[in-house]
Amino acid sequence: MKAIDQVSITFTSRSANEGFARAAAACFAAQLDPTLDEVADIKTAVSEAVTNAIVHAYPDCLGKIVLRLRLLDGGMLEIQVKDSGVGIPDVDQARTPLFTTGGEERSGMGFTIMESFMDGLRVRSQPGRGTTVTMRKRLAPRAGGPR
Amino acid sequence: MPIAITSRDNALTIALSGEIDHHGAREMMTQLTDAIAERLPTRLVLDLSGVTFMDSSGIAVLLRALRQMEHIGGSLRVTAIPAQARRVLDAAGVGRLITLE
Repeated sequence: MKAIDQVSITFTSRSANEGFARAAAACFAAQLDPTLDEVADIKTAVSEAVTNAIVHAYPDCLGKIVLRLRLLDGGMLEIQVKDSGVGIPDVDQARTPLFTTGGEERSGMGFTIMESFMDGLRVRSQPGRGTTVTMRKRLAPRAGGPR
Repeated sequence: MPIAITSRDNALTIALSGEIDHHGAREMMTQLTDAIAERLPTRLVLDLSGVTFMDSSGIAVLLRALRQMEHIGGSLRVTAIPAQARRVLDAAGVGRLITLE
């Protein structure tokens, strides 16, 4: 699918950047004239993916996280969150609702929420190499709006 | 992370506000835990009207409050839930565990 527009942002895995990442995604999506609900869904899904990378990819150090946002044909928004951290040994297990290795501060619902708020979710991970989460959401055409 | 506490009889109302994400959740959880432990309410109401954003970190905050209230034999209600937070709670099925109003 052809990319009409694309931005990539690299940031350090500090929790203070969670808010920055979701705001950046919302700003990029603004060119599609999304509804408030769509903006909320995008911000929530980005927050979950970035938090996963911050909490799990780099448990004992800081590392780089790349947020890539692409606008594809047909009003499709693609969000990719990539880290070069420890990786996920069992992706299916990680995607199971309530499963977490993050202790009491995590709910284990991050992937469930990403799946629920996006139209597609792909998780690729290699232990020791890192994890790439790719999400897609088709934004509904607005009456009279250019999409 | 701002929380505002009002107490009447054995009921405690705590208003959460701002963005509840992983960055702010730990401090909010600590403040919440301390407030409950100090006052030992029989009823806890968490007012989310001032919450401008919440992700699954907020679910962990609510579940922690629920466990603490169950431990002391009290009840928990969550009220005035903004639309975005409601969608997160619904997607996770939190309504099966906690009274959401």
